[in-house]
Amino acid sequence: MNRERPISFNTVPMKERLTIQRQSMPEQDPNIRNCNFLEVNLGLTPAQAVLEAQRCIECKKPTCMDGCPVNIKIPDFIQLICNQDFLGAAQKIKEDNSLPAICGRVCPQESQCEEVCVMGRRFEPVAIGRLERFVADYAMNHGNGAIDLFQKPEPSGQKVAIVGSGPAGLAVASDLAKEGHDVTVFEALHEFGGVLVYGIPEFRLPKSILRKEVATLEAVGVTFVKNFIVGRTMTIQELMNEEDFDAVFLGLGAGLPRFMNIPGENLNGVYSANEFLTRSNLMRGYDFPEWDTPLYRAKHAIIVGGGNTAMDAVRTAKRLGAEEASIVYRRSEEEMPARNEEIHHAKEEGVKFMNLVNPIEFIGDDQGSVVAARCLRMELGEPDESGRRRPVPMQDSEFIMDVDMVVIAVGNGSNPLISQTTPEIETNKWGNIVADEDGRTSMDGVFAGGDIVSGGATVILAMGAGRKAAIAMNQYLKAKVGSFA
Amino acid sequence: MYKIIKAEFIAPNVKSFILEAPLIAKKRQAGQFIILRVHDKGERIPITIADSNAEEGWINIIVQGLGKTSAHLNTLETGDHLQDLVGPLGLPTHIENWGTLVCMSGGVGTAEALPIAAAGKAAGNRVISIIGARNKDLIIAADRMAEVVDEVRISTDDGSAGRHGLVTDVLQDLMNEGIIPDMIVAIGPLPMMAAVSNQTRELAIPTMVSLNAIMVDGTGMCGACRATVGGKTVFVCVDGPEFDGHQVNFKELGSRQRMYKKQEEESHKCFLEKQMKKIKAEQLAVEV
Repeated sequence: MNRERPISFNTVPMKERLTIQRQSMPEQDPNIRNCNFLEVNLGLTPAQAVLEAQRCIECKKPTCMDGCPVNIKIPDFIQLICNQDFLGAAQKIKEDNSLPAICGRVCPQESQCEEVCVMGRRFEPVAIGRLERFVADYAMNHGNGAIDLFQKPEPSGQKVAIVGSGPAGLAVASDLAKEGHDVTVFEALHEFGGVLVYGIPEFRLPKSILRKEVATLEAVGVTFVKNFIVGRTMTIQELMNEEDFDAVFLGLGAGLPRFMNIPGENLNGVYSANEFLTRSNLMRGYDFPEWDTPLYRAKHAIIVGGGNTAMDAVRTAKRLGAEEASIVYRRSEEEMPARNEEIHHAKEEGVKFMNLVNPIEFIGDDQGSVVAARCLRMELGEPDESGRRRPVPMQDSEFIMDVDMVVIAVGNGSNPLISQTTPEIETNKWGNIVADEDGRTSMDGVFAGGDIVSGGATVILAMGAGRKAAIAMNQYLKAKVGSFA
Repeated sequence: MYKIIKAEFIAPNVKSFILEAPLIAKKRQAGQFIILRVHDKGERIPITIADSNAEEGWINIIVQGLGKTSAHLNTLETGDHLQDLVGPLGLPTHIENWGTLVCMSGGVGTAEALPIAAAGKAAGNRVISIIGARNKDLIIAADRMAEVVDEVRISTDDGSAGRHGLVTDVLQDLMNEGIIPDMIVAIGPLPMMAAVSNQTRELAIPTMVSLNAIMVDGTGMCGACRATVGGKTVFVCVDGPEFDGHQVNFKELGSRQRMYKKQEEESHKCFLEKQMKKIKAEQLAVEV
C-alpha cells in the first residue's frame, strides 16, 4: 500500500491529544426510540467531529488501515477533518469505500479499525466509525449533495453484469464503473440494497441514506434493474451470450434462512429473522394497514440467536409494541457474536436477555398459532471447534414459557437459485459458490463474493470481497480487450 | 411500471389480465408463477401464470378478488400499470408421457391447470380435465381447456352445470367407467386438493398438487412459504410449487394460509371504505 504521509492539520500538542475525551454520539432517548423506527444514533456535531479527529496521534505505521477490510486511508481523512475540510475527508474515504454513510453505521469498528488503534492501548480508540459517518452524512447534505465520486472515465466498451445489489454488488459496481466499464446491477426485489434494505432496520440504517448512495452510483453511469432474477428471468449464460456481458459478478448473499429443526417451527407466529425483518423493513409492515403487508404484533416475543440479526429482530419486536421482547441464546453474553453497541442499545431499550437457554419445542393452540416454548437451561462445557465453550443442557432444567411470537435468528444457508440453474458453477457441500481469493468461480468470466461465497458474514467483509473481485475482474476485462487487439 | 395490455372479467369477481412481460413470456414454463405488487405500498403476492406468448411478449394471469390486494388488482383496467412484476418463479412442472393424465381443477385453479394440461397433451398423454365450481357462473376457462385436452368433465356443487357433486365424484365416475388415470394433477382450493389427495392415496394413483402459500420474496430468502411434505419442511417458492399430494400436510398449510386472516380483514375493510369514499366523491362531482 503506497501512501504518502498526509499533511498534518492537527495543531493540538501531542500531550493534550491524550486528554481529549472520546466523543460520544448523541442518541434518541431509549424510552422514546423503542416506540419509533427513527434512527437511534444522531451523529456527531461538526465541533465534536473536529475534537474527535484531534485525538489522532498520527502514528508512523497506521495500524487502523490494516484493520479495515477495504483499507480506507484513515489517518488522511482524519487530518482533513482537523482542517474542517469535511468534503475533502469524504472524498478521501470514497477513494477506497463507495458506501461510507452505510459503513459508518453498520461496520463492527470495535473489532476492525478501532480495535487496533494505538490510542486504544492506554486510552479509548479514536472513534473512526463515528467520524466516517459524520463526513459521509455531511457530504450528502452539503454542496452538490452526492459528492463527485470520480470523474467519468473513458468508456472501456465492456459490459459487466452484477447480480444482487447488496454491499458486495454495490462495491463492485462502484469500482468497475470507475474503470469505465458499462455496469448493470440486477436485483430480484423491488428495491435496491439487498440486506441493507430488507434486513437492517430503518432505526439503524435509514432507507434514505441507502437511496442516496445508490443514486450516487446511478449518477456516474451504473444502470440498476429491479425485479430481475438472474437464473430465472435470464440465466448467466444468456446474459453473457445473448446480452453480450463480458463478465458477471455474483453477489447473491446468503439468502436461505436456517431453522432449528425442532417440533412446532411451522406454527403461525414463528418467523425466520429474514421474513420478520423483510416484512418490517422492505415491506414496511410496521405501518400496516397503511402499507399492505401484515406483521404480527406480539405481546411476548422471543428471538432465538445472539447475532446482529437477532438484535435487529428483537429491537423491531419491541418497537412493534411487545410488552416483553427477549433474546434467547444458548451460550452466555460473552460468546454473543453481536456487536457490543447493539447489545448495549437493546438493553437500554428494555430488551430482556435469557442467556444459556435453548428452545426444544414450540407449542401451538388449536388454531395452529404458537402459544409457548419448551426450553432447556444450558451450561458451558469444553470448547468446541469454533473455540467457544460448547453449551450443554443442564439436568432437569426444562421449563415452559408463554410466547406469542418466535423469531429464529440462527443464521443463513446459501440460496439454491443459481446452483439450480447454472450447474457449471461449482458449489461446496454447504451450497456456497466456490471462488478463489480474487473471486474467480469455476465458470470463465464469472466472479463471486460476499455471503454467497463465505457464508453469513458482515456488510464490510462482503464489500471487501467485492473490491478484491473488482480488481480481478478489471484485469480479466483488460486482458480480454488485449486478446482482441 | 408494468403495463396491463388487457383486463376483463371472465366470471363474477374473476378477472383475466394480459400483462406486458416479454422476458417472463420468453422464459416461463408450465407450473411457474410471478410475484406482483399493485401499488407502491402494496404487498407481494404470487400468482400462477395461466398462459403466455413469447412472440407478442405477454403473460396471462387470472385473479379472483378475495382479499385486499386481489380486490385492488381487480379494479385495474386495460392500460393501467402494475407497480412491480417479477418472474418466472418456482420449478416448472415435471411433464412426461404417463399414459392417461387427469387434470382436476377448482375455481381459478382451472386457469393454472391449463398450461399443465396443454404440456401433458403435447407430451403424448391422453388428457382428461375435470373442472369443479360452486355453480355454473364460476366455471372459468372451460372452453380454453376443451381446446387442449381430449375430454372435459364438469361438476358443480349445486348441479347448475355438469354433474351435481364434487370433482372427486367425477373421478369416481371415471374409475367406474374403467378409465384408470396413470397420473393426476390437482389444482384449486386447499380443501379440494386435500380431498383429491385422500381419494387417490387409497387408489394408489400418483397425484401432484400445486400449493398456494403466503410468500414475500419468492426466491427462498424469507421462508414464509414453508410447508411440510413427507415430514420435511420445504419452501414452496423454490422447492415447488408442485409436490406429491400424498405427502403434503394440508392441515398445517391450511392454518398457515389463515395466519393473517384478522389483518387481511382489517386491510380489506380499509380498502373498501376508501373505495366507497372515492365512489361517493365521484358521484358528488357528477351531481355538481
